[in-house]
Amino acid sequence: MSDTQLKPANQDYEYGWHSEHRYKFKAPPGLTEDLIKDISKRKEEPEWMLEKRLEGFREFMQKPMPTWGADLSAIDFNEIIYYLQPDYQKNKNQTWDDVPDDLKETFERIGIPEAERKFLAGVSNQFDSESVYSKLKGAWEEKGVLFFDMDTGLKEHPDIVKEYFGTLIPASDNKFAALNTAVWSGGSFIYVPPGVKVGLPLQAYFRINAENAGQFERTLIIVDKDAEVHYIEGCTSPSYSTNALHSAVVELIAHEGATLRYTTLQNWYSSVYNLVTKRSKAEKNARVEWIDYNGGSKATMKYPSVYLAGEGAHAEIVSIATANKDQHQDTGGKAIHAAPNTTSKVTAKSISFDGGRTSYRGLIKVYPGMENCKSDIECDALMMGPNAESDTYPYMEIEDDTAQIEHEATVSKIGEEQLFYLMSRGLTEEQAKRTIVHGFLDEFERTLPMEYAVEFNRLVDLQMEGSVG
Amino acid sequence: MSDTKHNGNMLEIKGLKGGVEDTPILRGIDLSVNGGEVHAIMGPNGSGKSTLANILMGNPRFHISEGEMYFRGELLNELEPDERARLGLFLAFQYPSEIPGVSMDKFLRDAYNSVKQDSVSVGKFAKKLRKKMDDLEMDESFASRYLNEGFSGGEKKRSEMLQMAVLEPKLAVLDETDSGLDIDALRIVAESVNKLKNPEMGVLVITHYQRILQYLEPDYVYIMLQGRIVEKGGPELAEKLEDKGYDWIREKVGLEG
Ligand SMILES: Nc1ncnc2c1ncn2[C@@H]1O[C@H](COP(=O)(O)OP(=O)(O)OP(=O)(O)O)[C@@H](O)[C@H]1O
Ligand SMILES: [Mg+2]
Repeated sequence: MSDTQLKPANQDYEYGWHSEHRYKFKAPPGLTEDLIKDISKRKEEPEWMLEKRLEGFREFMQKPMPTWGADLSAIDFNEIIYYLQPDYQKNKNQTWDDVPDDLKETFERIGIPEAERKFLAGVSNQFDSESVYSKLKGAWEEKGVLFFDMDTGLKEHPDIVKEYFGTLIPASDNKFAALNTAVWSGGSFIYVPPGVKVGLPLQAYFRINAENAGQFERTLIIVDKDAEVHYIEGCTSPSYSTNALHSAVVELIAHEGATLRYTTLQNWYSSVYNLVTKRSKAEKNARVEWIDYNGGSKATMKYPSVYLAGEGAHAEIVSIATANKDQHQDTGGKAIHAAPNTTSKVTAKSISFDGGRTSYRGLIKVYPGMENCKSDIECDALMMGPNAESDTYPYMEIEDDTAQIEHEATVSKIGEEQLFYLMSRGLTEEQAKRTIVHGFLDEFERTLPMEYAVEFNRLVDLQMEGSVG
Repeated sequence: MSDTKHNGNMLEIKGLKGGVEDTPILRGIDLSVNGGEVHAIMGPNGSGKSTLANILMGNPRFHISEGEMYFRGELLNELEPDERARLGLFLAFQYPSEIPGVSMDKFLRDAYNSVKQDSVSVGKFAKKLRKKMDDLEMDESFASRYLNEGFSGGEKKRSEMLQMAVLEPKLAVLDETDSGLDIDALRIVAESVNKLKNPEMGVLVITHYQRILQYLEPDYVYIMLQGRIVEKGGPELAEKLEDKGYDWIREKVGLEG
């Protein structure tokens, strides 16, 4: 049949791939104060950043591991390599022919453009779409938009970075935010000046050109008054990581009347712990949207949050997760209503395949005196297969009587009657399950730009392969 | 020997017993249907009509304890529902499922391609679908709506008929498709069945009312009681039921209410 036909299920099929990179510099495993000083020196950072890193280090050493959420007991901090500087010159010698066939096939099926595949496979350090990028870049620069990898951002605009860095997520926030503060590398830095509306989504292309990308990246986005931007990070290709830990920090600041959408699509290699802190602040009449898809990984803990600081601000959080066998996605979102007449909407959808677990964890907080706040929470979990698990932890701290909170939660097993109905129309069991799953995610897919929607679609199919058949 | 087992009939059900979980419902059904014929099954609530339809289509909630079902020469008993659909069997459900997020047109194209083993283009299929929807006087907006989601009772029944019209089955089982339809909708639905009917196609219609039978003109009418077919006749049997109800037949076969 056509390309919609799945190949036989293979439980052990892994998307990740380890290419033998060479490095300019590779730190020994484990974290020490000296290493942090060394990182900062190699990056030629200002003194204040080193101070922040050291503060992060101290907090990290003090803070206990979280005792809730996913099981993190297998993480051994002494085994982790905290800093790597790949040497792209040397890696250049590798060619497309050296890439294993199964990885090529995965790229093919996910529909990653050739140019990107080379990068993702580690045989190229930049996209051939560089020229397209430069053109766009020209347009942004004209309008005064700053878009750099975080290391460059710090070099070129230290004042802006200093003003905002760590203001929403201080090192003391949690153990993994502290760790990120200590060892961060890469990530994006964006500043959009007042009134500027960036039409096309900014994509985190060159973010992955940054050294040691994806491990402990740090992102800071500031959207000034009445400005507008949509940022997309990640791609649906499996992100292979040499380390077992991915711990990013993302801070978003939306000034008065600004609109900021942050879309993440991530599919981590199945051994990775994905522990990310994402927080944003929405000033008066600003709108912040987190759109977050998490797939893969061993365990993910991620709860994008919005601090509604100004009257009329709106938060939109869409959290989507799929968990395969032995994976735990502990995800959700938080909306903190710290100003009157603020609104939030949280939509969480998760699918646990056989042997996988999804948890929704969310917080809605309304401070006393913050009148006429509204929040809508909808969480739907779909379980497929006999050993799929799903649970929800919705926390509410509503301290003002005028608040209107709506919470709707459904947990459903993939319906036998629905499957039978579709199969009675000629769909195979695989097709029927896929139809139900894609239907479940349809609303989310519609929020994605076309090319991402296509990739996401195929990714979900791939994820189902292990559980269907 | 196998060609004699189904006596050359398109559908041949022999000594079928089955039910749901530990509950036996069907207590021995014999029935055969051929192309060009219309058969009607009537019977009081709970007599097992939908159970028969579901077992015929292969609903995994039900089981067969005895007997065989042959369709176009193939033993159905162990076939998956999609395999039965590909053989040309179609069930219009009494209570169709709702599938959120799945648009009618996309679903119908997948179903069409699967049943017909085809890969029709989006554009070509859209035309085909439009035509079938016109026949059923369905607003074109239904094509992009999610499958049965939020449909009214009557709209769901029409959606079933649309699916049937698209898939062009060899045998259509209509489980109370007429229930819940307004008078105009009933006529439209019945006409769509008649339009699809051809000498190769059989229809097995389950109903409580004579009205749809006036359109479909059944060759045979059966009465089902407590999991058995207890009476067989022509259209006059349906009239008799409409007049007299079921008490006479219960008495005749010696069953209490
Ligand atoms: N899942 C089930 N569990 C237990 N009993 C069931 C189940 N499904 C059906 N039954 C029983 O089987 C019997 C036959 O049901 P069925 O739906 O086949 O009747 P029907 O003839 O289609 O009735 P109606 O005219 O009301 O549609 C009923 O007594 C019903 O309660
Ligand atoms: Mg019934």
